[in-house]
Amino acid sequence: MIPNLLDKVWIVPALMASSFLIILFFGKRVGTRATAGIGIAAVSLALVFSVCVAGQWINRVNNPPTGLALAADVVAANGLTPQTGANIVGEIEAATTESGETVGAGTHAMGSTESGSMSETSNAEMATMEPTSAEAGAVATEHAAAEGEHGGEHASVPPVVRTTTWFTVAGINFEVGTLLDGLAAMMLITVCIISLLVHIYSTEYLHGDIRFTHYYAFLSLFTASMLFYVLSSNTLQMLVGWELVGVCSFGLIGHWWEEKKNTDAALKAFLTNRVGDIGLILGVTITFFAAGATSFNVLHINEYALAGHANTTLLLVGALCLFGGVTSKSGQFPLHTWLPDAMAGPTPVSALIHAATMVVAGVYLIARLYGVFFTGLGIGSSSLHYVAFIGGFTTIIGGLLAFVQTDLKKVLAYSTISQLGYMVMALGVGAWTAGVFHLFTHAFFKACLFLGAGSVSHACHHTFDMREMGGLRKKMPITHATFLVATLALAGIFPLAGFWSKDEILAGASAGQQNAYTLMLVFGLITAFLTAAYMGRAYWMTFRGEYRGHAEPHESPKVITVPLIILAICAVFLGFTNFPASFFGLHLPSGITTRFEHYIEPTFAFPPLQHAEFTPWLAVVSTILAAGGLFIAYQYYEKNRGPHGLTQRSKVARAGYTFLENKYYLDVLYTDIIAADTKGPLARAAYWFNMNVLDGVVNGLGTGARKIAGFVYRDIDQLVLDGIVNGSGSVSEKSGQMLRHVQTGRVQQYAAILFAGAVVLAGVFVFVI
Amino acid sequence: MLALLVAQNIAFYFIAALMVFGALRVVTCKNLMHAALWLVLVLAGVAAQYILLAAEFVAITQVLVYLGAIIVLFLFGIMLTRTKTGTDDNLNNSAGARRMAALIGVLLAGVMGYSLWDGFGKREFGELTVQRTAEVSDSIFSTYLLPFEVISILLLAALIGAIVLARRD
Amino acid sequence: MLVNQFLFLGAILFCIGVYGVLARRNAVLVLMSIELILNSVNINLVAFGALWHVTDPSNLSGQVFALFVIAIAAAEVGVGLAIVLLIHRNRQSIDVNDVDLMKG
Repeated sequence: MIPNLLDKVWIVPALMASSFLIILFFGKRVGTRATAGIGIAAVSLALVFSVCVAGQWINRVNNPPTGLALAADVVAANGLTPQTGANIVGEIEAATTESGETVGAGTHAMGSTESGSMSETSNAEMATMEPTSAEAGAVATEHAAAEGEHGGEHASVPPVVRTTTWFTVAGINFEVGTLLDGLAAMMLITVCIISLLVHIYSTEYLHGDIRFTHYYAFLSLFTASMLFYVLSSNTLQMLVGWELVGVCSFGLIGHWWEEKKNTDAALKAFLTNRVGDIGLILGVTITFFAAGATSFNVLHINEYALAGHANTTLLLVGALCLFGGVTSKSGQFPLHTWLPDAMAGPTPVSALIHAATMVVAGVYLIARLYGVFFTGLGIGSSSLHYVAFIGGFTTIIGGLLAFVQTDLKKVLAYSTISQLGYMVMALGVGAWTAGVFHLFTHAFFKACLFLGAGSVSHACHHTFDMREMGGLRKKMPITHATFLVATLALAGIFPLAGFWSKDEILAGASAGQQNAYTLMLVFGLITAFLTAAYMGRAYWMTFRGEYRGHAEPHESPKVITVPLIILAICAVFLGFTNFPASFFGLHLPSGITTRFEHYIEPTFAFPPLQHAEFTPWLAVVSTILAAGGLFIAYQYYEKNRGPHGLTQRSKVARAGYTFLENKYYLDVLYTDIIAADTKGPLARAAYWFNMNVLDGVVNGLGTGARKIAGFVYRDIDQLVLDGIVNGSGSVSEKSGQMLRHVQTGRVQQYAAILFAGAVVLAGVFVFVI
Repeated sequence: MLALLVAQNIAFYFIAALMVFGALRVVTCKNLMHAALWLVLVLAGVAAQYILLAAEFVAITQVLVYLGAIIVLFLFGIMLTRTKTGTDDNLNNSAGARRMAALIGVLLAGVMGYSLWDGFGKREFGELTVQRTAEVSDSIFSTYLLPFEVISILLLAALIGAIVLARRD
Repeated sequence: MLVNQFLFLGAILFCIGVYGVLARRNAVLVLMSIELILNSVNINLVAFGALWHVTDPSNLSGQVFALFVIAIAAAEVGVGLAIVLLIHRNRQSIDVNDVDLMKG
């Protein structure tokens, strides 16, 4: 049989990492074709593996493990430290006596070996034979009881966690490992598919590029990092993956770094993300301490938060700090400013990173640590809180900004910001599955839109200015068709994918958990209209009318169009994976409705959520709004009706347009005001400090040393020591000078002295001695 | 016996006086030749004193060697080293050096005199017996054979040295 | 006769000889003064020898010593005068004060 792949899932990022290393070391040597081949091969293998993993996960959900296997997974999944394990043992023993559910075979064995197993919970070798089944069974019972509200259709399916301890400090285990559940499996497939299509697309788009192998190396590294990130089992590992994808984004945005604006954009992206990362790091630390300062394991933190052991205020602060990281990475207000500038990178990069995968890292973070967010922000009991508000606000401002762009990719970038706001809003109102589902569908149709934009610019001599396009419908039919399908999906037209996911979000906002999130609903409806309108505008300016440019556009080669077709097909059909249980009275068999929710929504360490039912009136309203937006765009651009030239006529309109054009002056605020004011006075102060204080100290020390040295030299060395030395020399010399006169060379004088001495000596001998 | 002693004493003092006077004239005489002659007197006096001390062989040897050879040597030396003009001028050092020399001499005499007086006082010889030449030669060739041989070699060296030094070539 | 007679005589001759060595300028006169000194020493030696011979008749050391001194004196005068001659040949003068090349 196929071996169990769920605990070997680390192979997927390892494949991409080894592809990265091979391309890094041998890419130049083997040439561009082989490099692309290596990358594509690696991603294909990863995709195959991911599909198998997803299949096995589905199998696992359908046949949840019980007994010994369940126990092993629960304990491993919990990432228990011995102390926490002992606590749970206590609970279990109490529960076991109550519940009739016995996994009695294990009970006997438990007592004898429990301590041994507790101390090794974080080892990877835990897979088998851990007789902690009684505990697992009780925990399973608890979860089953908790899940009872959901209709009890799925029993608790713990994720597959495999970790190894990297090092231990002060009793805290720092682990590296993988956590695989539905969310991770879904992300694996998404990342792998889109990465594969981008790899194939880039062979044509970057054909003849001077840094082809470099680009593919970065693509592989990015894919490896993103996969590493989504498979992380603890928050520290997520931090590593988060930063790595940030680095790859920096490298890929600045791929053509010969032009300054590209490097500026790359730096802006990285540094803006850095600002948010402050919050992320703080959040990781706070959640660690909030969860009892024992482990960074994600499931442990979630469980601790949901069990109510953690201080709620601390959780709130931690959740807000984590959200700081999400704000920058997932383009929420106010740190969204880097996303439009990031369009300076190659279009496949924008498709992969800034639409489908990297920017959703923040959304993924919230989805992963949902226990923290749910408890900390009180999602279940409030009707307005920070995360939901920011999400909703971001959708609107992103949507508004998309109207004043002339660059096609910038329109798509603001659209991404807006849709990311949707996802965050969904998570904020407790519609977890809706948010994640929208992440899933958005990846495909946004990637399709970006790659379509790339195809268009490839034909129009690498310009993205929509004022130079037009009438491409006839000249590029396949691109046009896929772009249209993706646009309709984004706008949320029935029955394409966007309709289902967006509608679920709106239903979630409308129903809420205990209270309805009405403000979010309003934001969402407005944005639905705006999305359709600006996408219609973009579509009409690009594909309809007469061609206004200077190139001779023609359809792109198959390497470009086939990925577009694949993505468009996905955009059409993926919406049906979460077909609601009751659709305008249509009840399909439960085996094929809400499949996405069934397999992806966690059942372990997850707060009890209210799932909104499909709301017919809401679906109708949102579809009317979307259609209305498209209609208005049609009237404005196709039929040329409406207030053209309003900004010239009306001062108010002009002011509004300028405000939008300057992106709400946020860039001005950040760059010219905050950064400059920090740079200017702070830099000057630092310079003053450096020049006067530090250099003063250093120079003072130097001068002092010189003075001391001078003193030592002059007064001590020259005067005293040299005086002594010279003095002794001169004494010798002078005495020699004086004494030499004694030596006259005259023998009689010598004889006289001799005799005189003899007299003296004789006198001494005779008289004294 | 007493007469002998008295005669010895008179002889001694007379000859001693002559010797001292001669010595003084040696060191103060202005004429080089005269100084050599006064030295003859002193050396003769020394020989006489030897006889008074019953050391006849030494006395004869003194006369033979000193008065016979050394004085002649001195006279030859004086004559050979005369300046052209033949005058002997400035045989003495400066007055200061002479005063210093006199002082040293006097001091030396004083010290030696005192120590002699303190050491020997009024000690008498006793009965001076003759020291026969045969005994002297016995003594030289038995007890003092080695010094004798050394002296021979020394004389040889002096001989050769003098010849080498003074030859004209 | 007193021993001291001869000893004093020797002492006086010695001192006169010392005066002569130091006070005379002519090299030959210096050598003569040295002869005076040697003779005074000889008198001393013979006097002591006689004194000893009285108590120990087999001992003739005084005379023997004096003979050796005479021999040495002779050798010394020979060599000394040879040197004086040499100096005279080179410098035309035998002033001891002129022979001061070793002055410092």
